[in-house]
Amino acid sequence: MHLNAFLLLAAFLFCTGVYGALARKNAVLVLMSIELILNAVNVNLVAFGAFQRSIVGHIFALFVVAIAAAEVGVGLAIVLLIYRNRHSIDLTEVDLMKG
Amino acid sequence: MFFLRNAWIIPAIPVASFWVILLFGKRLPKKGSEVGVAALAIAFALSCLTFGAWIARDAKPAAEVVAATAPATAAGPGHVEGGEGAGGAHELPSETHHAEELRPAVDRNLFTWFEMGGTKVEFGTHIDGLAVTLLFVVTLISLLVHIFSTAYMKGDRRYTHFFASLSLFTSGMLILVTARTTLQMILGWEIMGLCSFMLIGHWWEEKPNSDAALKAFFTTRTGDVGLLVGVSILFFGAGRTFDAATINAAALSGRMPHWVLLMGATALFVAVIGKSAQFPLHTWLPDAMAGPTPVSALIHAATMVVAGVYLVARMYGVFWKAFSITAPGHAGFNPVAIVGGLTILIAAALAFVQNDIKKVLAYSTVSQLGYMVMGLGVGAWMGAVFHIFTHAFFKASLFLGAGSVSHGGSHHSFDMKKDMGGLKKHMPITFWTFAVSSVALAGIPILAGFWSKDEILLGAGKNGYTVFLVVGLMGAMMTAAYMTRCVYLTFFGEARGNAAHHHPHESPPAITGPLVVLAFLSVVAGLLNAPGITLFGKWNLNEVLVTAGVPEHTFNYGYAAVSTLIAATGIVIGGLWYFRNLGPHGITQRVKPLHAGYVFLDNKYYLDVLYTDGVVGSIKGPIARGAYWVNQNVLDGVVNGVGIAARRVAQFVYDVIDQQVVDGAVNGAGFTAESGGSLLRVFQTGRVQNYAAIMFGVAALSALGLAVLVTK
Repeated sequence: MHLNAFLLLAAFLFCTGVYGALARKNAVLVLMSIELILNAVNVNLVAFGAFQRSIVGHIFALFVVAIAAAEVGVGLAIVLLIYRNRHSIDLTEVDLMKG
Repeated sequence: MFFLRNAWIIPAIPVASFWVILLFGKRLPKKGSEVGVAALAIAFALSCLTFGAWIARDAKPAAEVVAATAPATAAGPGHVEGGEGAGGAHELPSETHHAEELRPAVDRNLFTWFEMGGTKVEFGTHIDGLAVTLLFVVTLISLLVHIFSTAYMKGDRRYTHFFASLSLFTSGMLILVTARTTLQMILGWEIMGLCSFMLIGHWWEEKPNSDAALKAFFTTRTGDVGLLVGVSILFFGAGRTFDAATINAAALSGRMPHWVLLMGATALFVAVIGKSAQFPLHTWLPDAMAGPTPVSALIHAATMVVAGVYLVARMYGVFWKAFSITAPGHAGFNPVAIVGGLTILIAAALAFVQNDIKKVLAYSTVSQLGYMVMGLGVGAWMGAVFHIFTHAFFKASLFLGAGSVSHGGSHHSFDMKKDMGGLKKHMPITFWTFAVSSVALAGIPILAGFWSKDEILLGAGKNGYTVFLVVGLMGAMMTAAYMTRCVYLTFFGEARGNAAHHHPHESPPAITGPLVVLAFLSVVAGLLNAPGITLFGKWNLNEVLVTAGVPEHTFNYGYAAVSTLIAATGIVIGGLWYFRNLGPHGITQRVKPLHAGYVFLDNKYYLDVLYTDGVVGSIKGPIARGAYWVNQNVLDGVVNGVGIAARRVAQFVYDVIDQQVVDGAVNGAGFTAESGGSLLRVFQTGRVQNYAAIMFGVAALSALGLAVLVTK
């Protein structure tokens, strides 16, 4: 197999994730889109690691998974609190920091 | 050695006693006098032990000591140069025979006083024969004066403060005497200046007394300017050092230019003229009689006026070299000798017209100080120092005697013509001590004054100062005559005034005790340097004298006979005039020129008039008006001009700098911040996704840039 196939898959996933993160109003969906971005990177790391016969890429991917889990934990907690306060998780309404 | 190294304790004791008396004196059973007497007794005992330690100190060959203390001076380049100048004094005639043995001075640094610009100023002691001698004299006289004062000052308004001041006064002199650096000398010198002011003005409620105190203070202060200048000049001249021994060595080595030495010595001598009451600044000393009598004794015998002479003796290397005192082919006079000689005659003449017994003694002191200064000026160092030593005893005795007379005989009056006379039978002890001291002062053999005066005259004669030999002999005759007059008016003839109406009686033992001690010393002190003994000369020989080659002359019977004869003549003339009532009495009233001379003397050469009306008055009058004019026209003009200019400048600064530049900068900064802020607030929407979009956009652009860079 070619490396390009993996890279293309990763690029597709990344772009999907970026689109979701920027375009969706639902906070949960934004979080999921961020997961997509992270996993796109993971695919890249594993692919490069496998093709270079190095274990480093795999280990790095494991770290990313762990960090992503933590991030989602914190992110969902924030979303939950926002929901409790506003009964909505529409991100366009959360603009208290407008200058 | 312990006492020589720890001589600093001696000045420290009176300082401590000063504070104790000042703080606790009034609560003590004897109002603080016991503290003063005890402190001085201890100081005197220590001085005696120090003296003993000094005598016991091993004398070494003089050349060795000098070479060890100042190796640079012996072989320095200046020595070669010195051959043509004053340094040639080494080759003076055969009589330059110094005792071959010399006791090396003991130097000790106690602590570093302060540092400035890399120059460390040490506080230490320099103990040699001169210091030890004066320690002995000062503590002894001061002790006796303290004892005397316990009786004399009994019931005084400020009894406690009097004793405190006496202690401080003594400590000032002791600090000066033990000083190692010229700065320490200034310290002691100024303490004495202050204390003399306090003590002379002790009864300041009466205007003349406080005037006299101010006069003493200001007159000596005039001279003190010279001290500061001189010390500064010598500090830089000798290579940034205050150390007296180093300065002397530097002066004698020829390393210092002659003009620097001349300036330094002249400045110091101005201080000496003020402090030691030399002509023309002697006028304060007779007025200082306004103070209590014990103070006069202390000032005249041991402290204050001796300080000036001591300064010259201590810094003799500087004076010696600056005025080329015994250089071959010297002019036969120099400023030191001239001032000293003039002072002898001028003061002795004034002593004849005084009716106040203390003023007679005061002028006598001025005259005797003239001898000391003249002695130093003509190269008779040892004679001058010896005269300090002997004079202290008989002059203290005379002053305390005068105090005793006023205490017991004349009911607190000092006027010989009005309130004394015929006191001999009522006050035998006072009379005999006074008479003995007078004879000692007059210079009759085997009594103290004879030996020291003779040494000075011998020095003047042998060192080529013939004029001053004559001056000294004339002074000796006048001294003998005026002391005869003084003794006659006080103790002989008919009782007058208070001496007749109040009951004269002998003074208590606290007064007569010191008198007897001092009279005894007036008899024997001179024998220390009598021919065949010459202990004083051996003890006092120091490095400076040996290095400089100050000539020393052996006792000469010819000189002694002449001076004795002249003194005796003086006494006989005085005796004939007063005791036998011979001679043209009243001649000063009958003959016009003589009367003019009498009036001239009576007005003290009009020096006071010159000072108060001439010097001070000219400042008060025309100079003050001139100063006022300058003030109104020049200074005010300058001040107003400066004011207007300042206003203009300020206006300009306000208009241009403040309003435009500074405010512009401040407003500009505000405006920039505001517009920058409103620009930026467009981006701060508060929406997370906008931020994310910016972030991803930037990241994408960066990635693109990276890709371009990498692939190139």
